[in-house]
Amino acid sequence: MSFDVAYVDPARARSRKRRARRDVLIGLGSLAAFVLVVGLVVSQLPGWHVVQDTFFNVDEFVSSFPQLISAFWLNIRIFIVAEVFILIVGIVVALARTLQAPIWLPIRVVATIYTDVFRGVPTILVILLLGFGIPALDLQGVPNSEVLWGTVALVLSYGAYVAEVFRAGLASVHPSQRMASRSLGLSSWQTNRHILLPQAVRNVVPPLLNDFISLQKDTALVSILGPIEILRRAQIDTSMSFNYTPYVAAAVIFIALTIPMTRFADWLQARTQKQRRAAATV
Amino acid sequence: METRLRVDDVWKSWDGVPVLRGIDLSVASHQVVALIGASGSGKSTLLRCVNGLVSVDAGSIWLDESLDVTHEKTNLDDVRRRVGIVFQSFNLFPHMSVLDNVTLGPRKVLHRSRDLAREAALTLLDRFGLADKANGYPDQLSGGQQQRVAIVRALAMEPELMLFDEITSALDPMLVGEVLDSVAELKATGMTIVMATHEMSFAREVADRVCFLSAGQILEQGTAEQVLTDPQERLTRDFLARFLR
Ligand SMILES: Nc1ncnc2c1ncn2[C@@H]1O[C@H](COP(=O)(O)OP(=O)(O)O)[C@@H](O)[C@H]1O
Ligand SMILES: [Mg+2]
Repeated sequence: MSFDVAYVDPARARSRKRRARRDVLIGLGSLAAFVLVVGLVVSQLPGWHVVQDTFFNVDEFVSSFPQLISAFWLNIRIFIVAEVFILIVGIVVALARTLQAPIWLPIRVVATIYTDVFRGVPTILVILLLGFGIPALDLQGVPNSEVLWGTVALVLSYGAYVAEVFRAGLASVHPSQRMASRSLGLSSWQTNRHILLPQAVRNVVPPLLNDFISLQKDTALVSILGPIEILRRAQIDTSMSFNYTPYVAAAVIFIALTIPMTRFADWLQARTQKQRRAAATV
Repeated sequence: METRLRVDDVWKSWDGVPVLRGIDLSVASHQVVALIGASGSGKSTLLRCVNGLVSVDAGSIWLDESLDVTHEKTNLDDVRRRVGIVFQSFNLFPHMSVLDNVTLGPRKVLHRSRDLAREAALTLLDRFGLADKANGYPDQLSGGQQQRVAIVRALAMEPELMLFDEITSALDPMLVGEVLDSVAELKATGMTIVMATHEMSFAREVADRVCFLSAGQILEQGTAEQVLTDPQERLTRDFLARFLR
């Protein structure tokens, strides 16, 4: 018998396959029964019709959906622009906090205060402060668009989080990498730029994706400043019909975008872990 | 003969524990000096003082009798440009190809053009039997190949002195030979080398001088023949006996 191919006893293979098929059937059967029971119980509850009509009204859903989708386009634009600037702020602040020479002390202090302050203040407060505060100053040449200031507030708030993520990522690179780089004569800055940062970025992609999923939802906070993004749109629809289905429709739209991103983040995390395990066995 | 490296009464302690206690060492150009001694005797610390990775508490270290590594005004990046070091654990940059590992220093520190650095790197890789690995990544190489890349990476900076810190200690015994061959080849080109090693037979083959370190002092030194076959100190004899067993 040759040992260079995996060999499994055919009888055992058949029985494994049978058992696997049986497990799938049991799982599906149990799930169907569960859904049926929950559905029956809920639909028999005395108030169910009112609930269904208020939150899950099909006509309301269909009529509000197109407008919600077009309002959501604004959330997506805020999200994309904010994300780009958050990454820039995060990397710059994280690197600034690694500067060691005494001459850079002011920069390090500013970067530290920035992360401390903006991680401590609720995002919605920053949005209110900038969105209403800056236009109230009525400064010459300073735009007073709510969307602009709402986005800036998101960038400042999330930039502080992302800077900390990058900082942890830099710290997670083994110190021998810095030593090897400095031994070649690379400066501290060059070492950060060419050796530590690229490795840190790989390590932090999964946690960054989680932050961006949460940013996607927080674009709705900009609604308190007035621009008609999806939450504002749903609010308007709701107040006209006294029916809450538009909120549910907005929730469905958010979920439709976050679920693929969450799955992607999970997949990426699993892949990174697998690569690390593989690397650790060398 | 010119003195390439002179270590003059160097002291160093970690957290109040003395690790180097008055080290004197002088290395002429083209010489190969082997540092032997038990683990913890201070070999790595001494090598790291020489390229400024570790700062000394007292004493001085001179390159070519003209640049004092330990002087506070000395630009350590200048020192490291002239002194190459290879570590026990390779420390290649995992996110870069072999070629990029080797050309990084010449491009960023010596400001060579990409083409020039690449050409020089390929010549070096070829000399050490790594030409076909240029586009590979560190994790695709065996330990022996990774360590040879680390040697090439240090050589690409055209150093005048090479430090080897137990460069075969992390290797599978099967792979030790290829790395030692690279060191012997380097000696043949006239490179000045200081190496911490546990490979006694190799030290005997290539080292012009062997220094036995014990508790942060050079207890005994001389030709490889003298120190390894006819040690004068009891501690040296005990140490060597453990290796020959
Ligand atoms: N960075 C460090 N911080 C604290 N102690 C250290 C450090 N590096 C080395 N030591 C200590 O110094 C002593 C000598 O270590 P080392 O120079 O690595 O010896 P060797 O290379 O001969 O094994 C050891 O006791 C070690 O624990
Ligand atoms: Mg050591």
